[in-house]
Amino acid sequence: MPSPHAYRRIYVWELPVRAFHWINALAIVTLGVSGLLIGKPFSVANAQEASFQYWFGTVRFIHFTAGYVFLFNMIVRTYWGFVGNKYARWDTFIPTTKAAYKEIVEVLKIDILQMRVKGLIHIGHNRLAGLIYFITTFIFFFQALTGFALYGPMSKSIFGKLAAWIVPLMGSEMAVRQWHHAMLWFYVLFTMVHIYLVFYHDYVEGRGTTSSMVGGWKFEREDLLDH
Amino acid sequence: MSGGKHTLWQVMQEKGYSRRDFMQFCTFAAAAAGLGPDASAAVAKAFEKKARPPVLWLHFQECTCCSESFIRASHPIVADVLLDAISLDYSETLQAAAGHQAEKCKSDTMKAYAGKYILLVEGSVPTKEHGIYCTIGGRTAEDILQEAAAGAAAVVAWGNCASYGCVQAAKPNPTGATPIQKLVNKPVINVPGCPPIADVMVALVTHLLMFGRAPELDAQGRPKEFYSRRVHDTCYRRPYFDAGMFVESFDDDHARKGYCLYKMGCRGPLTYNACSVVKWNEGTSYPIQSGHGCLGCSENGFWDNGPFYRHLPAFPGFGIESTADSVGLGLGAAAAVGIAAHAVSTNIRKRQVIHDQVVEDVKNAPKSEKVD
Repeated sequence: MPSPHAYRRIYVWELPVRAFHWINALAIVTLGVSGLLIGKPFSVANAQEASFQYWFGTVRFIHFTAGYVFLFNMIVRTYWGFVGNKYARWDTFIPTTKAAYKEIVEVLKIDILQMRVKGLIHIGHNRLAGLIYFITTFIFFFQALTGFALYGPMSKSIFGKLAAWIVPLMGSEMAVRQWHHAMLWFYVLFTMVHIYLVFYHDYVEGRGTTSSMVGGWKFEREDLLDH
Repeated sequence: MSGGKHTLWQVMQEKGYSRRDFMQFCTFAAAAAGLGPDASAAVAKAFEKKARPPVLWLHFQECTCCSESFIRASHPIVADVLLDAISLDYSETLQAAAGHQAEKCKSDTMKAYAGKYILLVEGSVPTKEHGIYCTIGGRTAEDILQEAAAGAAAVVAWGNCASYGCVQAAKPNPTGATPIQKLVNKPVINVPGCPPIADVMVALVTHLLMFGRAPELDAQGRPKEFYSRRVHDTCYRRPYFDAGMFVESFDDDHARKGYCLYKMGCRGPLTYNACSVVKWNEGTSYPIQSGHGCLGCSENGFWDNGPFYRHLPAFPGFGIESTADSVGLGLGAAAAVGIAAHAVSTNIRKRQVIHDQVVEDVKNAPKSEKVD
């Protein structure tokens, strides 16, 4: 007989979702650091000839490579949104029901007003997180698009050509550079708030939010689950 | 006004050019069109037989730097031939006629050679207040443009003004300056630059005269021959860029050594032009070779992407000193403060919740697993 507050272990994040998360995290950190360096490189000052070193070329190479990883990872995750388990599916990201909006308000109450809420918050992405990830997806693809548009002229990559239309749309390559650079700061803010909220929810609720992205398991109160 | 039935060779003879001058011109024309050395004979044959088309050169909102550039082409014979012998039937700057005579000259050409003449346009066209900001002979620039473009075989937009609007179209664009391609209902050949490179202009006109059609153009209407590569791709300082050796200020040792000007706001990596190949003033130099970064003068909206001496443009709405980085850092600091405040508040307001959970877990744990 389970006690009223017994917890059940639930397999939430499948392996492809966890792999996506960590590859994405690594790609974003790599892209962010190399991107900042591309925007504001430090100057190498030594007596060597330019032909003996290639550090800025290497930084750019790393940025472009990480860009490909970032894009394909995102595409695989989008595919998984249609074939994965119910916690990974596309409909957890787009609030389509009244209940979803109600939950968004509940989560805002928990997170910002720090109130106590009685109802069940989604064991996967909560509805607010889902919505924010949905918006984030657009920014991800915006970064990929503007990045490949800037990369296109110096490569024969088909992806550069596919993104070339964004330049006349935004006016000039300078405008593309401006917004591609500005969106870097979205990732900085996103990462800060994202990591903090994971710790916050784990700290307050004790549902295993932090470790779930490693092992895939979360914990939920038995009595709330049967709703 | 010289008659349109004449061939180029006839006109040149009338003007006193020698056969040698003519052959030199033909050789340049062949080279400019990317043909091999054998082609100059064929080109000469064409210019001996083909009636040369008249050329109209219109000036609107501009500074005439395109014309100034044009007359400084590396091959004087070519600019000479083009300006002198080829029927430049109308050009406010260079024509001898004035007033009604000049206007008559233009309208005669447009009537006699409808669908055959080449229209070269320098400058943007104001569209605000019914176009009153630029009028010539009592007519607005737009009116003149539309009339001339209607019967033109080819329309060329000289410089950044005619191609993208340049400084007149910079924010807040008080006259509603509009590039030619947005007004004219036919394909426009854009030759951006402030001004465009003289030899590029000459090569384009030569190409039009020789083939009677535009060279291969890119998506923005620019001749691919000259605008398909970035200044950066052909820059002789490129190895310093890849090596990460940058000028940090205009009076430092790196500037003296000729390192890359990327950090000084050089727009070379974003600018499509032939400066680092063709160069200026008879192939003497170009801005980067003279120690100054590229301003990106052949790019759309380059005036609004300032300051010129900084890698990132000013962030819209945050003043000239701001960059995406300064705005981002400010937001990052605000987020950090918010997170810290939230964490403190969590430990106060959620204290009871966390406490209850701990008590509950200890209470519900099976006896055997209880530690103490």
